[in-house]
Amino acid sequence: TNQTHRYKLVSFKFDHVEVPYVICLWILLACIAKIGFHLYDKLPHVFPESCLLITLGILVGVTLFFTETASSGQYTLNANTFFLFLLPPIIYDAGYHMPNRAFFNNIGTILLLAVVNTLWNTIGIGVCLYGMSYLGWIHSSISLLHCFVFSSLISAVDPVAVLAIFEEIQVNEILYIIVFGESLLNDGVTVVLYHMMDGFTEIGESNLQIVDFVTGFAQFFIVVFGGTLIGVVYGLVGAFITKYTDHVRVLEPLFVFVLGYLAYLTAESMELSGILALTFGGIVMRHYSELNMAKKSTTTVKYFMKMLANISETIIFMFLGLSTVIDSHDFRPDFVLFSLLFCLVFRVTGVMMLSWLVNQRRLIRLSAIDQFIMSYGGLRGGIAFCLALLLNAEHIPERQMFVTTTTVIVFFTVFVQGITIKPVVNALKVERAEEIDTSMNEMIHKRFIDHLMAGVEDIIGKSGHNSIFQRFDYYNDKFLKPWLL
Amino acid sequence: MGTRSSMLQEEEISEIQRETGFSSNQIVRLYSRFTNLDKSDQGFLRRADFLRIPELAINPLGDRIVHAFFQESATDTVNFRQFMRVLARFRPVKKTATKNKLNDREEKLKFAFKMYDLDGDNMISRDELLNVLHMMVGANISDDQLGSIADRTISEVDLDKDENISFEEFVKAMERVDVEQKMSIRFLN
Repeated sequence: TNQTHRYKLVSFKFDHVEVPYVICLWILLACIAKIGFHLYDKLPHVFPESCLLITLGILVGVTLFFTETASSGQYTLNANTFFLFLLPPIIYDAGYHMPNRAFFNNIGTILLLAVVNTLWNTIGIGVCLYGMSYLGWIHSSISLLHCFVFSSLISAVDPVAVLAIFEEIQVNEILYIIVFGESLLNDGVTVVLYHMMDGFTEIGESNLQIVDFVTGFAQFFIVVFGGTLIGVVYGLVGAFITKYTDHVRVLEPLFVFVLGYLAYLTAESMELSGILALTFGGIVMRHYSELNMAKKSTTTVKYFMKMLANISETIIFMFLGLSTVIDSHDFRPDFVLFSLLFCLVFRVTGVMMLSWLVNQRRLIRLSAIDQFIMSYGGLRGGIAFCLALLLNAEHIPERQMFVTTTTVIVFFTVFVQGITIKPVVNALKVERAEEIDTSMNEMIHKRFIDHLMAGVEDIIGKSGHNSIFQRFDYYNDKFLKPWLL
Repeated sequence: MGTRSSMLQEEEISEIQRETGFSSNQIVRLYSRFTNLDKSDQGFLRRADFLRIPELAINPLGDRIVHAFFQESATDTVNFRQFMRVLARFRPVKKTATKNKLNDREEKLKFAFKMYDLDGDNMISRDELLNVLHMMVGANISDDQLGSIADRTISEVDLDKDENISFEEFVKAMERVDVEQKMSIRFLN
């Protein structure tokens, strides 16, 4: 065959552009879908957007699956993509636009929930699942360690799911910040527990020694404080750089984004908590850089961040739906039911127990209704799903079962809890957030009251959050601001 | 520690309890703080005793807050009863509790208002407001800017157009602020 190729008038090389093309198509489809939901107004009133997106994902998945267009893999949610590209924008947006005052006023409660409640859930769910398996109520016999592997990934409340649902229902600020803060700050615990369990399976259950647990415990502090520190450092660097951007205003938003992302990547590269790095990076960065940047840049940052976060969230939920259809499944009703049951039981007991504890010290107590919403807000989402995907099938033969069970639990929390939470909030008359623009008077008198309360706290010799704020402000004004502004 | 100041009589506790609504544990606790501050050990506090608190030194309103204690006593010393009366304003408001315990919304607001109103004419004048603004913002903002902030603040609530903020106008301005919560401290038992 000695045919010479003639120069072609038109050629078609889809391979060349496939990846970016598919990504763009995805974003396009997801965003058009979102517009579609809002065109028909009744839908978003009944269903949260996340439910609709998952459903759409399922539909697309079914189409791809039966037309045999999808060669699996490529179109499912990939853990790497998730952790490197989809998750950071959402967390950064949340950290950057964190209502700081509410967050730090409730930080004790949030931390206690994030750490103790996550541990309580992990241990509780793990032990109970093992117990059920031991008693034979769950037919497949699973070792204790593997039960813990599963419970460590399913216990944590997911910030993406919580944001998606709670942004829409607009409960009062305290309730919102507690549930949402917990979902962000529990990342440290989740990362440690997950890596610890993962590492333990590699060592093998019989070779474990006390020292491994001690290391795991110590690692917790490194992961948490390391992640936070990296975030704070990058935040400060960002603040310092924006001090000198007076003449190149267009670059200002870029620094905010690049440094935030670098903070996340740095933390991830050391297996520290990337979410904490982003959260605190965002908080610190905003505190100073907004004072340095032009108003236009601030607005740009805000909109760009919101847009990225929104797109990420949209894609995550569609992908979740899609992956469900395309992945192969190992559905064990007994395991699924018990997991779901224990997730609910330990969430509720943990919240009740810890609320009782914090109520001894809190000025505004968490009422029974608050506790109910806090338990109800314990949504699981994409993070758990991707952690399950990351499990190594060689070490953990139950991987597929875990993935399927996680999917069911994510669906349950997003659909059942997500759809019913609004009616529940209405029925229980939970106090809602109000949008108010503060007047000059309110601003000044509030500030006045803050100083007053700090003073009174100092006089009675109690360091409450007012006096801590006061001290922070003082040292901030004296030492940090001259450097950074 | 002298015997006179370190003893807190049973009947005094119950009297303070009646007047302020503190529990006897809280009173005992605050009393030990009081005696701690009372360096001269005479059963009352002077200005210098307050100003010795290191954290208060960094509070821009530190002097004003201390002054509020002496406004209550109307002399240049503060005894334990007066000390407790001031602190009673900051007790958390309980929905079920009976009123008139010094800690309801009105009392809290009145306390804040009096701290602005140095001359006690029941008005926050432009000068009084400027004074406070000066203390709070430090040297970062120019006098002109502060002046326009003060003008805006007054004109925002000045219903009777007298260029002052009266207590009624102050209450109105704070309508949407959760004063009950912002001006409360959880006193330890």
